[in-house]
Order: sequence, then structure tokens, then C-alpha cells
Amino acid sequence: MNTRWLAGKVAAALVTFAFVLVFNFFLFRVMGDPTSQLARLPRATPEEIQKLRANYGLDKPITGQFVDYAGDTLRLDLGISQRTRRTVWTEIKEALPWTLLLVGTGTLLATLIGAWLGVIAATRRGKPADDGLLGFSLFTYAAPEYWIGIILILVFAVWLPVFPAGQQMTPGEDFSSWFAQAADVAKHLVLPASAMTLMLLGQYFLIMRSSMVDVLTEDFITVKRAIGLPWERVVRSHAVPNALLPLVTLSAIQFGAVVGGAITIETIFSWPGLGELSFNAINDKDFPVLQGTFLIFSAGVILANLLADCLYFVLDPRVQAT
Amino acid sequence: MTRERGVLDLLLQTWRGRIGLGVLGLFLFLAIFGSAIAPHDPDASSLDILGGISGDHWLGTTEQGSDVFSQLLAGARVSIVVGFAAAAISAILGAAVGLIGGYFGGWTDRVLDALENWFLVIPTLPLMIVLARLLNPSLTVLIAVIGLTSWAGTGRIVRAQVLTLRERAFVERARALGARDSYIIRTHILPNTLPLIFANTVLIVAVAILSEAALAFLGLGDPTRISWGTMLENAFSSGAPSAGAWWYVIPPGLCITLLVLSVSILGYLFEEYVNPRLREQV
Repeated sequence: MNTRWLAGKVAAALVTFAFVLVFNFFLFRVMGDPTSQLARLPRATPEEIQKLRANYGLDKPITGQFVDYAGDTLRLDLGISQRTRRTVWTEIKEALPWTLLLVGTGTLLATLIGAWLGVIAATRRGKPADDGLLGFSLFTYAAPEYWIGIILILVFAVWLPVFPAGQQMTPGEDFSSWFAQAADVAKHLVLPASAMTLMLLGQYFLIMRSSMVDVLTEDFITVKRAIGLPWERVVRSHAVPNALLPLVTLSAIQFGAVVGGAITIETIFSWPGLGELSFNAINDKDFPVLQGTFLIFSAGVILANLLADCLYFVLDPRVQAT
Repeated sequence: MTRERGVLDLLLQTWRGRIGLGVLGLFLFLAIFGSAIAPHDPDASSLDILGGISGDHWLGTTEQGSDVFSQLLAGARVSIVVGFAAAAISAILGAAVGLIGGYFGGWTDRVLDALENWFLVIPTLPLMIVLARLLNPSLTVLIAVIGLTSWAGTGRIVRAQVLTLRERAFVERARALGARDSYIIRTHILPNTLPLIFANTVLIVAVAILSEAALAFLGLGDPTRISWGTMLENAFSSGAPSAGAWWYVIPPGLCITLLVLSVSILGYLFEEYVNPRLREQV
């Protein structure tokens, strides 16, 4: 049943998210006792600490605290940043579009280039082009993405100063038009997005390659060739569309890695997204922000998995038949 | 057919095996004897700040005037210790969860499978960051955190294997003869999943090395030890890239890459040996 299949997926996603809430709560309330954060007030008297505990709701029993926390979270009340004294949700709301821009550009480029290179390698199996691409993808898989980012800065911002080494736009500039601003952002996006693309490219390439290799050995390809279709056309109109499917699932599985990459790459390029926000929170021990970004990252990955399942459902008739 | 080739043949006769073993062997050697080879004390600072390559400093100096090459040797030890220890924890956890869930089935399996799924979905680096920050990073904490967050994939693979083994004739025969569960797991199930666990664990070593480096780069390394991630963090935060100090920036990342590459190559080799179907795709 189609709807039951989808409903099951949605229910599973909701359960996973509920687990994230419980986990996040216990991690930060129980393991990291919030009163330890009150050590930031060295001269607080016991009465003041007691009052603060009451303010935070820490004098309630643990189940009550959890209900409060879950309710607050669902109302997007994620607490207040200890560093900036602004609400965590405001910080996240400002950072999220920048992360989406970087992650979106990187994923899109990696999918397109990875698929293209995968077809090239699969149709030239065992030839030098295939070996070279395999070696390259292994190397980019093994190389830390932030190191690749630093090398990009070294080469394209220091040795050949063509692109800016950091931030999302030229600071203090008054842009004459919307277009000028977009162009400036695009210029700043080049290096971080390249680092993101290089980080993801290897996986997309390998999946597309092995998927193409599988498809090319299937009977219908042999039949198409036997009826005299030119090889180029068999590849383009019959093999590639069938081989693309696994890339869809990969983009969801990869999303966890994407989030990790966003943290390190944004740190390198001072890109004002969720990753840089987390990095600052790590160094300042800003636990409310760290808790908030962890929640958003987890929710994002769960949502991405669900979307990929839905997309697969639409694209692959075999899933609908079951 | 190549299936009959032994593991040793695969390691010593193929160029992939040779390169993987050679590079890993080199780094193991450096991890053990690095402190004896190091030309300088890796922690000793000097006035020669961000100095380039010279006869005295083969890979230049850091922002503190320390010797980059000596720090690189010290970093090999941290990467290898964390990589292998965390992978061992992950292997034990993954094997235990996969064996128990797959063998006993029912509610045990459902609960363990849900746990596995949860760990597979949750983004790993943020989870490690949160745990390492709350526990305050040290070598032990890093090993524990990385091991605890990377076992789910192993668990999933082991479970699948156990599910098929459980129904095989030799297991059913043992059960019919009255063998206890612990005996069957020990003598029939575990030995038949060990190669799989081993191949997977080698790949986890690579993941663990990358994780340690990323955490250290983000300032969550063991503050008392120099690792390649810490070196990259120091280089980056001291502005070495904009100063064009490539000798400080490139070597640590290259070492991470080469070590991860050699371990991954060996891991893929073992994986192909265990699962020959994979070989057809390469």
C-alpha cells in the first residue's frame, strides 16, 4: 500500500526526532549539569544560584524538566546564547540561509560533476581515464575537507589572489544594486563551495560509476545495442537515466557528512552559517548554542532522509508496487 | 579464479596491497620510533617564527618557532593510537550488538536495530563535538567518543550476516543437539562473521583517524599532545596560509591523507576478499 508505506516513513522520522529530543535533553541537562555554567558568575551566593535554578526550571523533577524542554523546543525557544546574549533561535535563523547556500551549491555541483565523471569512467573501464578518476576520488575521500580548503586559500587567495579567502561578502561595502551584492556573494562563495564539492565528489563519482557498470551489463542494454542503436545514444538515453537512481539515496546518506563538512569548511572560510556558529560555541563553551545547532543538524538529516525516501518513492516504480 | 587467492597473496602480490602495507608500515614505524628520529623537541619554541625549509628545519618552523618535521613525527603517534583504539571499541560494540540482535531476534533485535538506526541517522561529527566538549577532550575521551559514535555500520553488517547464518544447517544441527546459545555464538556464528568484522574495522580505522583530526582541528584535541589536526588548527589560527607558509600547512594534511588512503586501500582489499561480488565492480 502506497500511503501506508509513506506513513510508516513519516512515523519513523518522527520517532527518530523524538529520540533526538530525549537524547539532547539528557546530554545537556544531566551529563553537562547546567549549574556548572553558573560558574560564570563566580561571586553568586547560594541564594542567587537557587533563584537561577528556579528560573531555569532546574528545581522541578526530571520528567517535568523534560516536558518543559520539549515544549520550549517545539515552540523554537532554544534558550539564550551565553556569548552574544541573543536567543539561540535568532542566531540559527540568521545562519541557516548561508549554510543552505553553501551546502546546496556544493551538493548540486558534486552531483552533476560526479555523475558526469562516473559515466566517463564506467564507459572507459580499466582504461587510464578510469584509473586516474578512481585515484582522484580516493584521494579526495581521504583528504580532510578543511585541509583542501586551506590549500584552496593558499593557492587562489594568497599566491594568485583571485578569490577572497573568507567571509560571505566584502565588509562595509555599499552595494549599488541587488545584482552587485549577489555577484559579490558569488565571488566569496567560490572557494568554500569548491571545497565542499571536492569533499563530496568522490562518493558521487564512485556510486555513479558502479551503478553505470551494473546497468551497462543488463540485458536491455545488450538488446538496444543489438538492434543497432549507436553506443553514444544507448549510454545517453538508456543507461544514464537508469543509473542515476542510486545518486538520490546517496544525497540523503551523505547529508550527515555534509553537515560535518559545513562545520569545518565554514570555520576555514569564516562563512557565517551554522557551522561557524557551532565552532564559536565549541570554543566559548556556549552550551545552549551547541545544543541548538546539534538539534537543527539532526532535524536536517532526518528531514533529508525522509525527502530522499519520498523522492525514491516517486522515481522508482518498484517501491510503489510493494 | 581469484577467489582462491589467500589474503597474503592479495596483500603482497597486488600493487594496491603493497602500497597500502608500505605506507601504513612507514607510519607505524614513525609512530613507534618517531621521538627517537625527531631532530628537535616538538614543543621547543624558538625565535625563528614561520621560518622556511632549511638544513636545520627540514620542513620549516611553526608560529612558535617549533620544528614542523618533529611535530609531524609526534602527530603520527596520536593519529595511529586514536585510529586503532577507537576502531577496536567500535568493532567490539558493533559485533556485540549485531550478534545479539541478529541471533536472538524478537524484541531484543527490534530495540538494538532502532538504536543502530538512530546512530546511523544522527550526524556523527556534531555528535562527537557535543560529547567531546561536555567531557573535556583527552586522548581517552577522544578514543571513547569516536568509538561510541562509529559502531552502527558494523552492527548493521554483522546483523545481516548473522541472520543468514542462524538459519544454516550446521547451526540448526547444533541447536537440535542441545547446544546452548552462548556455545553456538562462540563456535559457529562468531568465527563466520569475524572476517567481515575485520574488514569493516579496517575501514573504521580510516574514519577514526579523520574524526580525530577534525575534532583536533576544531580545538577539541588532547591539549597535552600534538596531533596532525592540532597542527592544522595552530597553522590556520596563526594565519600561516595567508603568510604563504606552505611547509607548515601542507605536510600535516598530506600525512592524514596518506595514512587514511593506505588504511582505506587495505580495508577495501579485505572487503573484496570477504565479499568477492564487490570485485566485479572494480
